[in-house]
Amino acid sequence: MKALGIILAGGNSSRMQNLTDKRAIAAMPIGGSYRCIDFVLSNMTNSHIQTVAVLSQYNARSLNEHLNSSKWWNFGRKQGGLFLFTPTVTTNNSWWYRGTADAIWQNIDFLKKRHEPYVIIASGDGVYKLDFNKVLDYHIAKQADITVVCAKLPEGDDINRYGVVSMDRDGRITEFEEKPMVANSDLVSAGVYVIRRRALIDLLEECNREGRYNFVTDILIRYKSMKKIYGYKMEGYWANIADVDSYFKANMDFLRKDVRDNFFHTEPGVFSKTHDLPPAKYNTGSKVTNSLISGGCIINSTVENSVLFKKAFVGNNSVVKNCVILNGAYIGDNVHVENCIVESHETLLSGSTYIGENGIRIVTGNKNRYDMPIGEV
Amino acid sequence: MIRKEMIAMLLAGGQGSRLGVLTSDVAKPAVSFGGKYRIIDFPLSNCINSGIDTVGVLTQYQPLVLNSHIGIGIPWDLDRNNGGVTVLPPYEKSDTSEWYSGTANAIFQNLKYMESYNPEYVLILSGDHIYKMDYEAMLDFHKAKGADVTIAVIPVPIEEASRFGVVIADDEKRISEFEEKPPQPRSNLASMGIYIFSWKALRESLVALKDQSNCDFGKHVLPYLHEKGSPMYAYEFNSYWKDVGTLGSYWEANMELIDLIPEFNLYEEFWKIYTNQNIIEPQFVASTAVVEKAIVGAGAQIYGEVYNSVLGAGVVVEEGAIIRDSIIMEGVTIGKNCIVDKSIIAENTVIGEGAKIGQGEEAESKLNASIYSFGLAVIGENSTIPANVTIGKNTAIKGETSDADYPDGQLASGGYIIKAGDRL
Repeated sequence: MKALGIILAGGNSSRMQNLTDKRAIAAMPIGGSYRCIDFVLSNMTNSHIQTVAVLSQYNARSLNEHLNSSKWWNFGRKQGGLFLFTPTVTTNNSWWYRGTADAIWQNIDFLKKRHEPYVIIASGDGVYKLDFNKVLDYHIAKQADITVVCAKLPEGDDINRYGVVSMDRDGRITEFEEKPMVANSDLVSAGVYVIRRRALIDLLEECNREGRYNFVTDILIRYKSMKKIYGYKMEGYWANIADVDSYFKANMDFLRKDVRDNFFHTEPGVFSKTHDLPPAKYNTGSKVTNSLISGGCIINSTVENSVLFKKAFVGNNSVVKNCVILNGAYIGDNVHVENCIVESHETLLSGSTYIGENGIRIVTGNKNRYDMPIGEV
Repeated sequence: MIRKEMIAMLLAGGQGSRLGVLTSDVAKPAVSFGGKYRIIDFPLSNCINSGIDTVGVLTQYQPLVLNSHIGIGIPWDLDRNNGGVTVLPPYEKSDTSEWYSGTANAIFQNLKYMESYNPEYVLILSGDHIYKMDYEAMLDFHKAKGADVTIAVIPVPIEEASRFGVVIADDEKRISEFEEKPPQPRSNLASMGIYIFSWKALRESLVALKDQSNCDFGKHVLPYLHEKGSPMYAYEFNSYWKDVGTLGSYWEANMELIDLIPEFNLYEEFWKIYTNQNIIEPQFVASTAVVEKAIVGAGAQIYGEVYNSVLGAGVVVEEGAIIRDSIIMEGVTIGKNCIVDKSIIAENTVIGEGAKIGQGEEAESKLNASIYSFGLAVIGENSTIPANVTIGKNTAIKGETSDADYPDGQLASGGYIIKAGDRL
């Protein structure tokens, strides 16, 4: 592969409410067995990218634990590898990452030492499958300076949290608006960019001299008429995790056959760190329908239209309906939980009821149980 | 090379012929177990959990699946710069070439491997038991007793003791007598086939017995050391241990996993069992599905009904199919409206729509009544069963079968169809 990968995984979002109290969005559990960042990592390894740097800052511990070895995603270890860069104090810089461009600039030595001619920059909060080789071929064919991967706005999503892109017939981007209130296009930036490594270094150094730190506003938008910036239209499923609704919906989307087939049953696969969990166990009294159940779950009663992550436990005579139950949640006996996201390692005490009346309710904060020290959030 | 206090030698070469068609293409230690594991995962996990990081795995019979399962030992954290797991197949020497002809002969042929780690103790394990055991505790016992050999033993019902090697030990646990499969057992302490040898004693006895044909630990090495008066001790183990050597015990041990609180609990955080799994996605249970009293591996897709069964990873149960009291291994597809009762269906088999398996009255197996005698229908890996056929009990099927193989659309109880195996 002619490119190295940079994953921007620093973000949090107030729209995620307290789900991001203890982890970055990139570390949010998705689809029963994955973390958000697994999708872009898998896309990179499946595109034969061998060297990947993950830049993270906000609540990086959970992400750190997840990214503990190159081997889970088959990245090289002698040639290339997976690198996690959090901000550090150096002799001439003691800032946190002040923006996306600044985050890359602060690690510019890494970029300078490498030999790959291109860089793929991607965010860690997208759920999609994409062959970056195709984007790179397009980038080269168009002789573009920067290529921006664009996706159609996911159904029912607000356009005002995306970068909205308009392009001409050739694919060159004519307009790029960041988070507009009203937009004249439904094509949005998927947060994936292709650029030559040397060009990126130059742009970042220029930006830094000017005291500008944001990749979208200070590079893409600022340079949009000076540089040849092209849009690459991506096909297929794409979801961006930025608020509770999109997070809930992306998980529920995995109950759709087309989405499962896309991610689970079509080569190349999606990889994640494995956790050595026993098979899921369905005891007498379990009634599970239209649900995803992950390894290590033990189920004793009703589960309907839900996604259960690893090691979830459902007690007797309980009802779990239309829910996302995160890793290791414990649902006691006679519990009714509906339209909820239950935070990982949460305890729902026996006899309790949790119902999301207007929208999705996040159940968090009750750790009323001896928690096995497994470290995973 | 860093000196290792104790290394393990895992005997995984056996065919396990009493598992019938389940082992026609794989060695017994590589047979699937419990919805995601292979039998060898248990001793390998015990090793790493006991702090043993150097394991030689002796292979011989059908090693392909076993080799690829073990790989370089990543799942068990046995990919080490010093030690780790090493697969040890038989090899040609400058003056001889022979297969492993017995358990002790196999170890003897790998003296150089053991010498290279210069261990103080060698742990001999077999790859066909289901248990969780701390070998380090056994080593402590061995050291405390100043033994040359320590044999792990488990109390069994006296009427079953004649199936095992039986030891008679005094109050100090020193072994006074050792009998291999005695017709009239005088003790109920059965050998588990797990030995700790002091390296000197092991080396000396293997060299002394090097011309013994089919040299075996139970039959030759232990009696030899016993005669010499070497201190031999019995280490009593009092937890779950199952020899899954027969179809009946294999089926039973799987079924025990689905008890409400299984005696052998895979869900404990402590003493995890590790395995090489490549499917990580969650399983999907459809609106049409019923799953009750079952364990199901990752990536399975269930549209039909599953009762009291063990399903492996990636199993597909299509709509209308009913599975009861069965073991369905990794990658099997059960077609629409099938009925599967008390069966073992090995990996990557495809069952055609409407097939009925494990039906009718029991009858003695025409292939081998001592193997296929638990009322089970057993289908070997990579087999094909055509649509709408009926298959009886105590049956064995292996290979791609078509309608022509089933006169009247059925295979009666006790019948068999073997179309493929290694010789194909």
